[in-house]
Amino acid sequence: MTSVAIVGAAETTELGRIPNTSQIQLHADAALNALADAGLKISDIDGVATAGESPTAIAQYLGIVPTWVDGTAVGGCSFMIHVRHAVAAIKNGLAKTVLITHGESGRSGVGRGGFRRGGGDGSLQGQFEAPYGPIGPPTLFTLPVLRYMKDFGMSHEQLAMVAVVQREWAAMNPRASFREPITVEDVLASRMIAYPFHLLECCLVTDGGGALILVSGDRAADFPTKPVYVIGCGESVETPMVSQMDDLTTSRAFRVAGAAAMREAGINHDDVDHMMVYDAFAHLPIYGLEDLGFVKRGEAASFIWDGNTRPGGKLPLNTNGGGLSYMHSGMYGMYALQESVRQLRGSAPAQVKGAEISLCLGVGGMFGASGCVVMSNVGP
Amino acid sequence: MPKGTRPVPQPTPETQHFWDGTREGELRLQRCDACAHVYFPPRPFCPKCSSREVSVFRASGKGKLASYIINERGHPAWDGPYSIALVELDEGVRMMSNIIDCPQTPEALVLDMPLEVTFERLTDDITLPLFRPLAAGGAQ
Repeated sequence: MTSVAIVGAAETTELGRIPNTSQIQLHADAALNALADAGLKISDIDGVATAGESPTAIAQYLGIVPTWVDGTAVGGCSFMIHVRHAVAAIKNGLAKTVLITHGESGRSGVGRGGFRRGGGDGSLQGQFEAPYGPIGPPTLFTLPVLRYMKDFGMSHEQLAMVAVVQREWAAMNPRASFREPITVEDVLASRMIAYPFHLLECCLVTDGGGALILVSGDRAADFPTKPVYVIGCGESVETPMVSQMDDLTTSRAFRVAGAAAMREAGINHDDVDHMMVYDAFAHLPIYGLEDLGFVKRGEAASFIWDGNTRPGGKLPLNTNGGGLSYMHSGMYGMYALQESVRQLRGSAPAQVKGAEISLCLGVGGMFGASGCVVMSNVGP
Repeated sequence: MPKGTRPVPQPTPETQHFWDGTREGELRLQRCDACAHVYFPPRPFCPKCSSREVSVFRASGKGKLASYIINERGHPAWDGPYSIALVELDEGVRMMSNIIDCPQTPEALVLDMPLEVTFERLTDDITLPLFRPLAAGGAQ
């Protein structure tokens, strides 16, 4: 066996505000949609990976008897890492048909388990970050960017442009939460959330889910969907405390995971037709483009400003509209993967013509972790 | 700044020396006896070379503003917008804190401005290290 393919991929039937559905049912709704997409029955699934809920809960709720489980939960990139682990499991015969699920009642909070927030406690975050007043990601994930702006001369307008370009993609996507065109001026005039971040530079908070089904590439022809082959993956973690990043202007986890994925895929930057970088906040694509070497350090803001990532640009990026405009349930990584699969199936609302290779980079925590998956619709 | 509503740290055996220090008006860091690496947050071994031979020392309390945000959305412990800062200490470690005795504005909070530690008592056991502009508070 030489390859593993994604043969089932689907999001929840609805996205956005889903107050009538619990979090675990969002997992299930996505899983049932992915099973239908692949033409499989639940009894065909023998491997389960998930984050947010335990794989135990998901297996029991769906009625799966797994021979392999993965509960890696390192934040929003957990699903990229699940893909990598699933590839290894399938190649080693630990499972034949792996289901990866995500569901999150991020907006409505229906049936949501206890996500740990940094309270004043005995953890290192509790002792050395929580007392200084961080309230969730808008006050933590954002902390490094002023350092980046000073060191590399990035302007507030350039940061705002990330949101403007992604809205251009979202405008073509009927399922995107926000589709109205915006300008740099609109972004800078939106409410300040945590200086220097305005509302439109912060991700949405929505409900939703998604699921993937992976099998050996040898079986890919047995399924009704166009197979999307996983050709390279990487993963890493850096720190649960943003204050302790090695360097505030670059993500070590991005660099490690991205380089591993590209090396395994055997690709160069020019080979990438389509790219997703998990954008919880507007600076994430800037870090991602630089840390994976698509541009030199300090050049990503100009690269985006000059139109390279917008519709018609040479590196289409975050083509669903991203966490800034499409949706963001809390752990957005699954939606980035779904968009890569759609692009390689040729079924994306804002389809990149002829895309053969997609690179999908996820982040977990506040620059705490990363998973990267390179996919291709060309068989090995 | 209303007190008592910040989350209160709970020391562990490995961090107790730090909180003992702030209660006594000292900012304490650790240095590896084997490789001289200075590190934070506390742990009883060197994160660079894994040696268990480490020492606690009193830091200068001087540093500079590495980065920050100003939270506009409010917090029970603050009356209005407040900064959450990353302070690079002269000893080479970085820690989160708040900048006080300074307007909480982008104009007043200038990256790389020199800072010095000051202490705010939260409870009988816990005193937090905060930072203020070196020029405003004067050198000790």
